[in-house]
Amino acid sequence: MESDTSEAKKAEPGSALRRNFLRAIGAGVACAGVWMNDPLRAATPAEEAAPPDIPGYDWRKHKWAFGVDATRCIGCLRCVEACKAENGVTQDAHHFRTWVERYVYLEGDEHARVDSQSDPGNIAASGSQQAFRFDNRYASAPVEKAFFVPKLCNHCTHPACVQVCPTGATYQTPDGVVLIDHSYCIGCQYCVQACPYGAREFNHAMGVTDKCTWCYHRITKGLQPACVEVCPVEARVFGDRNDPDSPISRFIRNNRVSVLKPQTGNAPNVFYAGIDKEVS
Amino acid sequence: MIGTMAQAAPYVGYVYPNETDIPWSVLIVIYPYITGLVAGAFIVSSLYHVFGMERFRTVARFALLTAVSFMFFVPVPLLFHLGKPQRAFNAVLTPHWTSAMSAFSYVAGFYICLLLLEIWFAFRADIVSLSKTKGGLLGRAYRILTLGSDDVSGNALAIDHKFAFALAVIGIPAAGGLHGYVGFLFGSLKSREWWSSDLMPIIFLLSAVVSGIGLLVVLYVAYSKFRKAALDDACLQGLAKTMWAFLTVVLLIEGLELLEMFYKQLEGIEMVQRLIEGPIRYGMFLQWGLSLMVLATLSYLILTHARGRILATGMFAAGIGMMLGVLAMRWNVVIGGQELSKTMKGLLIYYPEILGHEGLLAVLFIFLCPFIVLWLVTRFLPPWEPEAGKEVSS
Ligand code: SF4
Ligand code: SF4
Repeated sequence: MESDTSEAKKAEPGSALRRNFLRAIGAGVACAGVWMNDPLRAATPAEEAAPPDIPGYDWRKHKWAFGVDATRCIGCLRCVEACKAENGVTQDAHHFRTWVERYVYLEGDEHARVDSQSDPGNIAASGSQQAFRFDNRYASAPVEKAFFVPKLCNHCTHPACVQVCPTGATYQTPDGVVLIDHSYCIGCQYCVQACPYGAREFNHAMGVTDKCTWCYHRITKGLQPACVEVCPVEARVFGDRNDPDSPISRFIRNNRVSVLKPQTGNAPNVFYAGIDKEVS
Repeated sequence: MIGTMAQAAPYVGYVYPNETDIPWSVLIVIYPYITGLVAGAFIVSSLYHVFGMERFRTVARFALLTAVSFMFFVPVPLLFHLGKPQRAFNAVLTPHWTSAMSAFSYVAGFYICLLLLEIWFAFRADIVSLSKTKGGLLGRAYRILTLGSDDVSGNALAIDHKFAFALAVIGIPAAGGLHGYVGFLFGSLKSREWWSSDLMPIIFLLSAVVSGIGLLVVLYVAYSKFRKAALDDACLQGLAKTMWAFLTVVLLIEGLELLEMFYKQLEGIEMVQRLIEGPIRYGMFLQWGLSLMVLATLSYLILTHARGRILATGMFAAGIGMMLGVLAMRWNVVIGGQELSKTMKGLLIYYPEILGHEGLLAVLFIFLCPFIVLWLVTRFLPPWEPEAGKEVSS
């Protein structure tokens, strides 16, 4: 857990700036100015912030985005386990940076029956809160339609979480990632409340809020996020939208994609193919 | 308890996995509750100081002391709740202005200063005379508090009065802002169906005033019994009418909001209905039941021009009823909002811990503190003017 925090500090560039009181006041005033100009679009990427000290990486040159192909996901949950291991996420059934939902319509159902790997039945099937699997409850049921939907932070273009953070501990980077500075977060959980997608969780051991970073420590070194790396069926797609040949650019081009809860105005950057009206 | 999760909330239907760790505990229920009591008590003192309602003179200074005693403890539940309380000042040093919460320390700090100043002007003549009569440590404390000015001539007092008036005038929007602001903290979140309402600040503000008057009535009646002092009927009648007016408006607005919600039948309304019938049913029952009972009691007291014992008993009961009713309302908003899943496909059930820094005992302790402080403050600065009651009621 500790090594994870320090790595996050290295990778997450806000901390150095934010610890500098005077400069931060300046940033606060600048933010206030932006806010007054455009109160609805309060969150601004930390353009003016010092770029992170990552060799060979320029955060102005990338625009990261994520794709989920729900028609491919088989609900194996390797992504969930890989994420927990990679990022030191609390090992229980109540804290996730990413999770998978199962939607099942039995014959004649108007609405889908939904559960996730956290469902008590599924925990009983896996026998632990550290390893996850979906149980076989529908084995003999008349299933008409069923699919899995992986979920994670949407790294919204207009992130509600950043808007409400009282300290600026959570912020948006110019390459389109929403991060949390664990050394600055006060643990008020206002951002947990504000995220419409339930993407944020509280790390009780550290006293701070945590969430998916798209494995910022990996993507800035040219690697894929852990969940994308382990997915055996390529249900998860990641890449740079500035590059028209990246997997994500192709995914968005070749599919009819949608985003979750567009009515919030958050403008997510996780794009879904193959979901239906029940998914929110 | 720090470092561990209290308890995963049980749920029905589908909720996001992270939601089973309910972010805001019962501590955040009493935060807006205490803030509301402050706003309400302050408004009563303003009715005298600004609007010249002489009948409130009896309790005006006591109301100020009540407001400040409770105001001191407004930040406490917030601090108890933070995962990293030692970093609380981050929000003060580098406020992120797009966040409503970042303004908290400034709003609260400004308001405490305002209250302290107003109290100083309202009590200056007393402080001066006490500094001359009391000896020892206490006398020295009073002497320091005179801030070097012991001029209590008619002229000086008139100037005091002017300042107190100006501060009270500023205080009304400040008190309104303080509490409207708390409503905004909740109402501005689009993520939660049960919070995201334009009316939230208004509802918070009006119910705050009602609960604050309730607190003041309860304290005034109890305190007078304790001092064996006669109650000022005219003042109590005035408080009854003020409470009645605010309560009527808040019930109307809350009722209309619910009506609109159910009339529009937007997507997810079934879950809202199940929330009201399920996890918060006792809370709703208390909130609405007590409010209506208090409204009936107040109407009776006002219509019959009640006086003396009946008035005192009725108002005491109404005060308690309103304090509990608004507490239930805060629960229904803060906890209820989190019990309704963001998926709109499920409901969670929050069970408060008993022990632990976010438990019921901690809350009880925090809530008792302002009463103790108020007791000490009224010993130090007696707010009662013995002759005022008789003057007004005659
Ligand atoms: S999904 Fe939630 S946590 Fe992620 S950026 Fe959007 S609002 Fe913030
Ligand atoms: S919990 Fe941390 S990141 Fe979230 S709003 Fe509070 S200070 Fe900001």
